[in-house]
Amino acid sequence: MKPTNTEDPEYFHKVVDCQFACPAHTPVPEYIRLIAQERYSDAYMINWESNVFPGVLGRTCDRPCEPACRRGRVEEEPVAICRLKRVAADFKDDVKHMMPKAGAPNGKKIALIGAGPASLTVARDLAPLGYELHLYDAQAKGGGFMRSEIPSFRLPEEVLDEEVGYVLDMGVHATFNTYIDSLQSILDKNYDAVFIGCGAPRGRDLPKLPGRKEADKNIHIGLDWLANVAFEHTKKIGTKVIVLGGGNTAMDCCRTSRRLGGEDVKVIVRSPFEDMKASPWEKEDAIHEGIPIIDNHVPKEFVVENGKLVGMTFEKVEAKYDADGKRSLVPTGEDPAFFECDDVLIAIGQENAFPWIEKSTGVRFTSWGTPIINDDETFQSTRKDVFFGGDAAFGPSNIITAVAHGHKAAVSIDLFCQGKNLEKRPAPTVSLKSQKMGIHEWSYDSVPVDDKREAVPLVDLKKALADRALEVELGFDAQTAFVQAERCLNCDVQTVFTTENCIECDACADICPTSCISFVENADEPELRARLLVPAENPEQDIFVSDDLKTGKVLVKDEDVCLHCGLCAERCPTAAWDMQRFLYSMTKAKPDMMEVQA
Amino acid sequence: MSYIKPKFRHPKLPTNALGYTVADYDGAISTLCAGCGHDSISAAIRNACFKSSLPPHRIAKVSGIGCSSKMPTYFLSRSHGFNSVHGRMPSVATGASLANRDLTYIGVSGDGDTASIGMGQFVHLIRRNVNMTYIVANNGCYGLTKGQDSATADRGSVAKGGAVNPFDGIDLASLAILEGASFVARSFSGDKEQLEPLIRAAMAHNGFAFIDVVSPCVTFNNHAGSTKSYAATRDHLDAMPVDFVPMRDEIRTQYAEGTTKDVTLHDGSVIHLHKASADYDANDRRGALNAVQEAEEQGRILTGLLFLDPNTQNLAVNLNLASRPLNELGKDELCPGSKVLKSINEGLR
Repeated sequence: MKPTNTEDPEYFHKVVDCQFACPAHTPVPEYIRLIAQERYSDAYMINWESNVFPGVLGRTCDRPCEPACRRGRVEEEPVAICRLKRVAADFKDDVKHMMPKAGAPNGKKIALIGAGPASLTVARDLAPLGYELHLYDAQAKGGGFMRSEIPSFRLPEEVLDEEVGYVLDMGVHATFNTYIDSLQSILDKNYDAVFIGCGAPRGRDLPKLPGRKEADKNIHIGLDWLANVAFEHTKKIGTKVIVLGGGNTAMDCCRTSRRLGGEDVKVIVRSPFEDMKASPWEKEDAIHEGIPIIDNHVPKEFVVENGKLVGMTFEKVEAKYDADGKRSLVPTGEDPAFFECDDVLIAIGQENAFPWIEKSTGVRFTSWGTPIINDDETFQSTRKDVFFGGDAAFGPSNIITAVAHGHKAAVSIDLFCQGKNLEKRPAPTVSLKSQKMGIHEWSYDSVPVDDKREAVPLVDLKKALADRALEVELGFDAQTAFVQAERCLNCDVQTVFTTENCIECDACADICPTSCISFVENADEPELRARLLVPAENPEQDIFVSDDLKTGKVLVKDEDVCLHCGLCAERCPTAAWDMQRFLYSMTKAKPDMMEVQA
Repeated sequence: MSYIKPKFRHPKLPTNALGYTVADYDGAISTLCAGCGHDSISAAIRNACFKSSLPPHRIAKVSGIGCSSKMPTYFLSRSHGFNSVHGRMPSVATGASLANRDLTYIGVSGDGDTASIGMGQFVHLIRRNVNMTYIVANNGCYGLTKGQDSATADRGSVAKGGAVNPFDGIDLASLAILEGASFVARSFSGDKEQLEPLIRAAMAHNGFAFIDVVSPCVTFNNHAGSTKSYAATRDHLDAMPVDFVPMRDEIRTQYAEGTTKDVTLHDGSVIHLHKASADYDANDRRGALNAVQEAEEQGRILTGLLFLDPNTQNLAVNLNLASRPLNELGKDELCPGSKVLKSINEGLR
């Protein structure tokens, strides 16, 4: 193999599994260290710069970081990254003064359609550069999906108000209670660019299922219903409720039903339990509240008696997978199953819909109904001054993805307004600093602790079910947060190797607790991976290969289960190894927005 | 400085015939200088015991005084150990190996502990053919007292302070061959591919097995002018590759068939000598002595299995000791009482 080029920032970036997995590339270990130091405001600001809504995401994020966490590969459970983020938000002081102010006007005007996480991120990134930002939304307050679809027992309204407020307070001209029914009307106002972040608001229905029309009064589209609950138009539901669907929206629907009078609430889903789209913890939370999840049942009919919904019948199926792993649900041939109910909530997915975008604007759509977008870097539509982001761009996803879209779209809009090439994007900001403090001392807690992950404490179930607005999770206290923060392996403190210094004494290979380091003859990658002390069998993780050493061998380090404990560097007599903190900040419209001293 | 080794291990660490991983043979974290050759030897011993599937609780580590003699703390923390007086490890090892003949004895010593203060005990240990593995971590200096020349420092080697050594060094491997050791090897701490099989073969050998390991002192003897630095040792190494296949394994070695010469040990284990060293006759004591001396005259360091008598008889056999060792004899057997004494006395009248 060729020697690894660690000058390419993407190499070390990939080693920081959590940050790499985060769509917005939040520097996770960096803020977790600050939490351990009780520097909550700094930890919050590191988050805020990357993901704009730390308090919201610390409660609701889909947390792609946690399945990626290296800790999950050396023991049972990853670091509680998401809930530590909430700790930063819970315990911070007033941070307003640490935030950038609106920049001196640069004469450019941008329209933002929809006040969800994508639009708000674009606004946050562009405001300090002096753009005049006009935000439009049909609702009375900003937040979009975060406000209408996430129940307040998971996300208290104050938290959302605060974080939406931080963005709006940067001089954003917000026009609420105004549904934009024509893109042309916006274009007519001569904006320099338009960002569309209106979400994918329509919940999918089952219009052709027998009994759908007759039972309409007791059948609700999950997303609409959740929005109605949030805005307090809906305050009650029947005693027996069936929730159709297996995603996180279905989980929100069933748990909300339990709080609005639903006593016998069931989730019934077509797919096997394991294939459900809902996050495992969301499923656990629903089951914890006494909600059974019945899988492998395909809806057949809404059963109506005397003009009233009395239940539903389902066909039982089993999942078969062909050679390509493609799933088909095959009827088992058993009798259809009947379940009684008073109300049905349909939470089987969402559809994009842009009835308000005129063909004449030049914004074109795919056959799937999603806008044709240049690529997932520029977010430019077929009309050069119109950009998309969030669920509006590629269909339903999650908040953190919308934020990532927002950052990228803001870069594009900034380049576009300056007449620059959108493809020539600024590089990410990176730094690499030695953490050496003395002969064998590091500026970070290098010894991995053995503590196990702890669950976040919950409020009493009875109280929770009695009050829809009462937040279920209590959050970690400071002491627990410290222990949980210390579980972080500091994967951003990189093992940096200098071939010229190495005398091949083997000390690093001998001491490495997880046997990551081998001195071997070079070979092509598959052979080299097999030659290591413990073969490197995880193809998703890179192996580091040094230049040729004096004996002709190479040093190979398997990044897979490296603990970043620094022992290789401590045992190295010639400082061929050094522990260096790698900070990666994804490309943003304003890269030097703020700085937190580590 | 870290004094705790993290508990996490690679989840896919291979296991040996006993179901142990190499981590089960670990010791405490080393307090020797970073990059010390001795730590490499510790790791080689650990790996050798793991690969040979020795139960850790059936191993005894014995040592004297010095950097080298601290080593047993840094491997096999689940084994028996005795850190004895300076240069007096051979006495302890002799007694222990006679009292309990089932344990595998690993003696770890240094050039000071063996070639200076312990020289008297060392030669008698060889002469008596005590059943043990004796490893000298040889760095040619007194590292613990800031790097003065030791008795094994080569003539002309420059100490860190600039003084040139005017004396010939004692060559412990030649001495061991001359004194009649039944297993003599030399290796280099930076060559685990050779050192590990040598340690495994030494542990399987039924008699006194001596391994002289050049082990650079990274702090006081790793500079230009030193003959025992990492660089100088690598430059002057004449390594004869070896491989070891224990009795219970099918014949499987890192070398292709037909490229090796085999030596079978008393228990059926096989030592494979690579072709590069196949011209070398490891069963010829005088030839071995010559080869070592010739290499030295040419400024080379000959490493590998230098001499082996696989059919040797160890101390317990030579002394014609009772078939059951001391630790298996109870009070009644050791002190059979006045009746038996009387009958013995009667027999002498």
